[in-house]
Amino acid sequence: MKHLLSINDLVKQDAIDILNLAVEMQNVNTRDIKKLPALNGRTVANLFFEDSTRTKISFEIAAKRLSADVINFSAKGSSVSKGESLKDTVQTLEAMGVEALIVRHNHSGAVNTIANADWSKASVINAGDGTHEHPTQALLDALTLRQRILGVDHLGDLSNLKILIVGDILHSRVARSNLLLLRKLGAQVGVCGPATLIPEGIGGLCDFVFFNLDEALAQGFDAVMMLRIQAERMNSAFMPNAAEYASGWGLGDVRFAKLDAKTLIMHPGPMNRGLEISSAAADSTQSAILDQVTNGVAVRMAVLYKLLAQEPNSGR
Amino acid sequence: MVDNRVIFRNTTISSGDVVDIVVSGNSIIEIGPELVSKGTEIDCSGLLALQGFVDLHTHLREPGFEQSETILTGSKAAAMGGFTAVHAMANTSPVADNAAVVEQVFALGEAAGYVYVQPVGAVTKNLEGIALADLLKMNQSRAQVTVFSDDGKCVSDSLIMRRALEYVKAFGGVVAQHAQDPALTIDAQMNESTLAFELGLTGWPSVAEEAIIARDVLLAEHVGSRLHICHVSTAGSVEIIRWAKARGINVTAEVTPHHLLLTEDLVKDYNPVYKVNPPLRSNADVVALRAAVADGTIDIIATDHAPHTADNKDCEWGQAAFGMIGLETTVSVAQTTLIDTGLIDWVRLEQLLSTNPAKISGLQRHGRALQAGNAANITFIDSKAQSKVSGTTQSKSSNNPYVGIELSGAVVHTVFEGIFTVKDGRIQELTNA
Repeated sequence: MKHLLSINDLVKQDAIDILNLAVEMQNVNTRDIKKLPALNGRTVANLFFEDSTRTKISFEIAAKRLSADVINFSAKGSSVSKGESLKDTVQTLEAMGVEALIVRHNHSGAVNTIANADWSKASVINAGDGTHEHPTQALLDALTLRQRILGVDHLGDLSNLKILIVGDILHSRVARSNLLLLRKLGAQVGVCGPATLIPEGIGGLCDFVFFNLDEALAQGFDAVMMLRIQAERMNSAFMPNAAEYASGWGLGDVRFAKLDAKTLIMHPGPMNRGLEISSAAADSTQSAILDQVTNGVAVRMAVLYKLLAQEPNSGR
Repeated sequence: MVDNRVIFRNTTISSGDVVDIVVSGNSIIEIGPELVSKGTEIDCSGLLALQGFVDLHTHLREPGFEQSETILTGSKAAAMGGFTAVHAMANTSPVADNAAVVEQVFALGEAAGYVYVQPVGAVTKNLEGIALADLLKMNQSRAQVTVFSDDGKCVSDSLIMRRALEYVKAFGGVVAQHAQDPALTIDAQMNESTLAFELGLTGWPSVAEEAIIARDVLLAEHVGSRLHICHVSTAGSVEIIRWAKARGINVTAEVTPHHLLLTEDLVKDYNPVYKVNPPLRSNADVVALRAAVADGTIDIIATDHAPHTADNKDCEWGQAAFGMIGLETTVSVAQTTLIDTGLIDWVRLEQLLSTNPAKISGLQRHGRALQAGNAANITFIDSKAQSKVSGTTQSKSSNNPYVGIELSGAVVHTVFEGIFTVKDGRIQELTNA
């Protein structure tokens, strides 16, 4: 495996291998000296064409803990804002000998374009492309679900788990990658949100569709994953206003009080507290939100290790 | 003038008869079996002679976008595809919304000399959809424009569309609508479908096309005018047009070669060569479009030849331009999808590619039967040829979605006004151009 563009690039065993490799990386991350020499002398670039703080930092820490040299390239303040094409940017980094490109881009499929074109020989890792996918987020979510619900000693799949994803399914790359991965790992996955944000034709890609959150929660899920609602959705008639969304599809205090105490609460961040999730829910012992962040580093170390250290002809 | 005669020997024609065709100057002077005539002999055994093809929908890009196509290069590509007339769309820079621009395009077409270049006029000033363009002046100009289109953009305002349909009645014009509700297609990237969701590309719902067609056939009925629908792409659109025709509404419709062959599945790797407006649709839509061609609901095949530079296609999907080239592959796609499948015969294909588009536009010298006295606009094809599309092109652009696909049929000779523009599959240099 040279690139990680989509969860579709992984067969089930690949995904489990990455999760189990991430467990080993977690052990590294709890040591005093959090460093492995695996990628010593290798160069990876964070190539971010869209604002991101959390994912970029997470990848940077992951690469540094594997001893890689990391450079950060942000579209803001770079030549891209002066109109340089994606091709020129990628070829420039290629010419400087970068071996892996960790790419976030506002256009769906831009990572596929970089991987498929003959612009560069580098491995490409998708750090979120448009409304397409965010595969490392799904992997860290799967690790979090497995460890919090099935225990840290469980090294298998997610069979028999029921997960509900709530919010803007239509525009969410987190939802797409999670639908693919969690179902690949044997879980049943439902989606819930206003019908304007649940695409026509999603039927075959999930196990349940709900337009009413209370009905959905009454079915009993092992975890609920609340998605971030973007302010611009309000302006495009996907919903009337924030208050109405919060009342219909937010995990507010009243819904949280009724939630089964064993149901795990997740959110990919950054949260809009008071909109899709209340502080009481986000900060509760049922919440796995900070575990998700912690596991992000381990999972990204595992992905970098698998693509750059384990593959015979990776990078160059 | 016996010495300038050309005799095309033993060619089959669409009816299946084998004939000789004698051309003198720019006219057919005799057609029939085993003619006795003296002149240059061209053995056409095994070839099929059809009326020169007429494209109602071509983007020649000049003036303004000469980096992707010029009237000369587009004309050569058209000739290679067996066309003897093309209609140059109005979305140039400046826009063809006044007599000066359409006369310039017309003159450049004459100077190129490979096909008859009939300019299409914009419906609205600068394609903005707000005020009518100089429709009458364009019609009265040397270019004699009868087809008006804001193609690339939809005339979405109902009142402007009504006025345009009414106004062109004065001179027998026709409004060719690019049916795309702009509000339903904001940032749309591909057919709205499960695949669009999986790829994270904003969907382009069928209803965005169908709602405009439904409105426009009713407007055409209400004001008693003539409407043409560009590049129909959905099964639902076919149903509406079929209903409108049954009701007696004066509407014609076109389909592109790519919508007869290619489907949205090709988008899965985000290769922008498949990015086109309207988008590639589902297989069910392709089946419905082919059936509509066969039953007469769709009147013509038009290329929507849309050249773009490599820079505009060698990039991420969202940045890439919409459109694909198609002049040189049209008859092969048509044969492969319609003739080889048994849906239509060559007589019908000749109507689709020549008679009907010429009639919609009112061309005098094109789309006419191969008979004595008519203009010598003739295309000879080898219908038994089978080959993989190579991508070699006379067009200035190479955004060809068919490269590597095996297609039937090949254009062997194109005769435009009695002159070989293509001979033995090769473009001819025109010395008097």
